Amino acid sequence: MKLTNLMTSAAVALGLATAALADDPTKVGFVYVGPVGDGGWTYEHDQARKAVVEEFGDKVETVYVESVAEGPDAERVITQMALQGADLIFTTSFGYMDPTINVAAKFPDVKFEHATGYKNADNVSTYSARFYEGRAVQGTIAGHMTKSNVVGYIGSYPIPEVIRGINSAYIHAKKVNPDVEFKIVWAFTWFDPAKEADAAKVLIEQGADVILQHTDSTAPQAAAQAAGNVITFGQASDMAEYAPAPRVSSIIDNWAPYYIARTQAVMDGTWESKSTWDGIGAGMVGIGEISDAVPADVKEAALAIKAALADGSYHAFTGPLNKQDGSAWLAEGETADDGTLAGMNFYVEGIEGDIPQ
Amino acid sequence: MIRLEKRPQPSRAWSLATPLLAVLATMIAGGLLFAALGKDPVEAIRTIFWEPLFGEFSFYYRPQLLVKGAPLVLIAIGLSLGFKAGIWNIGAEGQYIMGALFGAGVGLAFYPFEAWYIFPLMVIAGGFGGWIWAMIPAFLKVRFGTNEILVSLMLVYVAEQFLASMSLGLLKNPEGRGFPGSRNLQQYDSAHNAELIAGSGMHWGVVAALIAVIFAYVLLNRHMVGYHIRLTGEAPRAARFAGVNPTRLILFCLGTSGMLAGLAGMFEVSGPSGQVSIDFNVGYGFTAIIVAFLGRLHPVGILLAGGLMALTYIGGDIAQSNLQLPSAAIQVFQGMLLFFLLAFDLLTNFRISLGKPEVS
Amino acid sequence: MDLSAINPVLLIASLMVAATPLLFAAIGELVVEKSGVLNLGVEGMMIIGAVAGFATAVETGSPMLGFVAAAGAGAALSVLFAILTQYAQANQVASGLSLTLFGLGMSALLGQSYVGIKPPQMLKIDLPLLSDLPVVGPILFGHDLMLYVAIAVIAAVWAVIKFTRIGLVLRAVGENHDAAHALGYKVVRIRIMAILFGGACAGLGGAYISLIRVPQWTEGMTAGIGWIALALVVFASWKPWRVLLGAYLFGGVTVVQLNLQAAGVAIPVEYLAMSPYLITILVLVILSADKSSAPAALGRNFHAAR
Repeated sequence: MKLTNLMTSAAVALGLATAALADDPTKVGFVYVGPVGDGGWTYEHDQARKAVVEEFGDKVETVYVESVAEGPDAERVITQMALQGADLIFTTSFGYMDPTINVAAKFPDVKFEHATGYKNADNVSTYSARFYEGRAVQGTIAGHMTKSNVVGYIGSYPIPEVIRGINSAYIHAKKVNPDVEFKIVWAFTWFDPAKEADAAKVLIEQGADVILQHTDSTAPQAAAQAAGNVITFGQASDMAEYAPAPRVSSIIDNWAPYYIARTQAVMDGTWESKSTWDGIGAGMVGIGEISDAVPADVKEAALAIKAALADGSYHAFTGPLNKQDGSAWLAEGETADDGTLAGMNFYVEGIEGDIPQ
Repeated sequence: MIRLEKRPQPSRAWSLATPLLAVLATMIAGGLLFAALGKDPVEAIRTIFWEPLFGEFSFYYRPQLLVKGAPLVLIAIGLSLGFKAGIWNIGAEGQYIMGALFGAGVGLAFYPFEAWYIFPLMVIAGGFGGWIWAMIPAFLKVRFGTNEILVSLMLVYVAEQFLASMSLGLLKNPEGRGFPGSRNLQQYDSAHNAELIAGSGMHWGVVAALIAVIFAYVLLNRHMVGYHIRLTGEAPRAARFAGVNPTRLILFCLGTSGMLAGLAGMFEVSGPSGQVSIDFNVGYGFTAIIVAFLGRLHPVGILLAGGLMALTYIGGDIAQSNLQLPSAAIQVFQGMLLFFLLAFDLLTNFRISLGKPEVS
Repeated sequence: MDLSAINPVLLIASLMVAATPLLFAAIGELVVEKSGVLNLGVEGMMIIGAVAGFATAVETGSPMLGFVAAAGAGAALSVLFAILTQYAQANQVASGLSLTLFGLGMSALLGQSYVGIKPPQMLKIDLPLLSDLPVVGPILFGHDLMLYVAIAVIAAVWAVIKFTRIGLVLRAVGENHDAAHALGYKVVRIRIMAILFGGACAGLGGAYISLIRVPQWTEGMTAGIGWIALALVVFASWKPWRVLLGAYLFGGVTVVQLNLQAAGVAIPVEYLAMSPYLITILVLVILSADKSSAPAALGRNFHAAR
């Protein structure tokens, strides 16, 4: 493989050059799936990139490419960053998994970090956030706050990540309010503000007075505000502009601590391949300020759950829990293993409707 | 007073000179835009046009030009045949998706069985998938006179939903831990459209694109069907008198363009992309329309235009990471390039004369 | 499953809102196509309108000024198309597509500093007694001003095309530009006016999304509505009132499928999401029997001195 050799030697040459100049900055690359102005997923990754710059100043140089399509384009952009001397590259979409692995094989001296995937290599780490912990907090608030006992949930695509969130929110809403019912609408898009707004309106018209969303735009927030007497939760970013109502709290993707830690590890030469799945405790999942629209006792209950999840004394999926079809899943006191959670493709008992397949 | 006179024949000299003029004008206007964004305009232009071809890492980018350009050229060649005859297939994106789904579907049906004939079967299935999807607007047009522009466009959205459904359901990788997307065909030797020479970027899709260019050139210049296509586009009434069968022409043009788009999708999914996923299609079908026009619907022109488009994509990504130029600026830049090319086309087909209108 | 949860009155009221951006864009494009020009750049003009309207509304605090700016921005972008196709004789399909590419990129550049901002709210017209009426209240009297403006534009276009001399000239130019030219009509000038009108309407449609329907600014937020507007014009066979019908049907299918999902009806979502497009194709087939409606010179360039 002539080219591979050529590339490796190019990278090695650059690596040597980097090593020779001691104060040469560490170069960190970021590959984004959306525009940095999407106000959600990519926006938060870019905020974390800026935090890295702020933390290390001149010692670090960051580069990013936005709106990179998954597939060959991603592979090219990742290779491009590696060729140009990046020491560490974050690839921030599930669809970048195979391209990241492919490029990593050609650049053994460059470190790669792939978000939300499951394939590791000697120089590829994976990281993801336990957003379902945040859903447990939201579910608790939703169960207490709903008067109609109908909670609306806007899903993007029926993938484990989203299904986990629905289950976690449902379990905790049910725990504090046995009469609660979930209405789930699949938008079948990652991004379509108009459709998200429609979905929120439909749910509200059908009696939902709490809207949970697993799509990134603020469209559902605005719909809830227009309807009045409906509460919502920010998703991906804080969406504080809709606080104190309808937005009563939020799940914030906070990648900054992880990105800073990993950059530091590369600088120190202590970087090792690992799989990280952090939650509230490590600060990767942030819970936005619970607003005054929530009564004090409810806020207290929500914060108690948050604290228990953070210190590890409580797991969001703790038995007894049955699957939707009534079959037993977790026994009393048993907690879900990460493997099952990672590939979750079933609803828990009590949720109505089918997961589209 | 400035007046336009239509040339009896498009000027050959201008048709060669205008693309260069347009690129030059785009560099100037684009430079102004980049300067307005606070970037060094010369550096930005140099990065986009020079870096991929002759820069430090051009050994990597040059093969990538083939990877990026091949599907564009393959699709655009097919579209150009119809466009020449006034048959507007703008749903190549949908045909591309269907070709990929059919091709990948056949390949995955054999998994993990290895045999030499699997890849040829996938090629046939991919071409068929695109062809059948294009035959829907073709059939509706010849049978009911339905507008093919809109039917083919609507079918893009249908194909996208179908793609999502397949990625989440039938074609989902059983070992993919519940995530959407199929198995990676790059890891299934019999179905893998691998590089023919490692590191060259040359895969079967590139070969197919080159064959399509030659095929279209011969067809248009040496063959009766090509003559019929040109005649229908330039003088529909005369074509009818000359015995052109419009029904067969519609079926041929839409069918061929669909098939080529389907092949492009199939080569992409089995090669550079590797898997069927919700976001598999990245707009090649739409960009190819632009490539077809940039290339003046001429096979060789399309080949060059495909290369130019690929260059701005690759150079644009480099400019993003090196100069922190927003991706939107690259999009505007590409839009400008098209505007200037279209505007300067005027010089090819018209003579500009100054002064008073002559009395004829 | 609980179908009783679906409130038909609210459903109709919300599909009217969902359909309004389509109404604006489609009625503008209808006029353009009536004059014999096919502008595929609707999506680009809409998103430019969306960002211009949003930015202006945020800066001035007035949504109405935002709409004015949106119409201006949409028209300004369409000038590019007019120059290319009417003066430079460029191909209309290619020019329209480049307009979309340019518009999407430009809007993203212009909108960079407006992400995550809440626009000023548009006041609803609240007619105290009328909007409280059962059934007809929410459907007919409970909306924002622009929704009524959209319907008024349709009525106006219908009246102008059907009853006035301007409409007659417009149709003549669209049917046979050579004959219209021979009769002394300024073909190019009329087409440019039509293109500008189309751009302004598309801009309004975009601003309706960013200021009322969603309301926020995000890159690429029109998410394909401009393309549907193009289909709608053909769906309506170039008749203004059928645009209204078609837009409500389109908006309706989306809203109904979300309603069915929320009511727990087990429907294959992705297949239902295809349905608006499949229905359009079906209607196209049914309507294609009626060939008199398409402007005969659609998509063909006109050059006077030949």
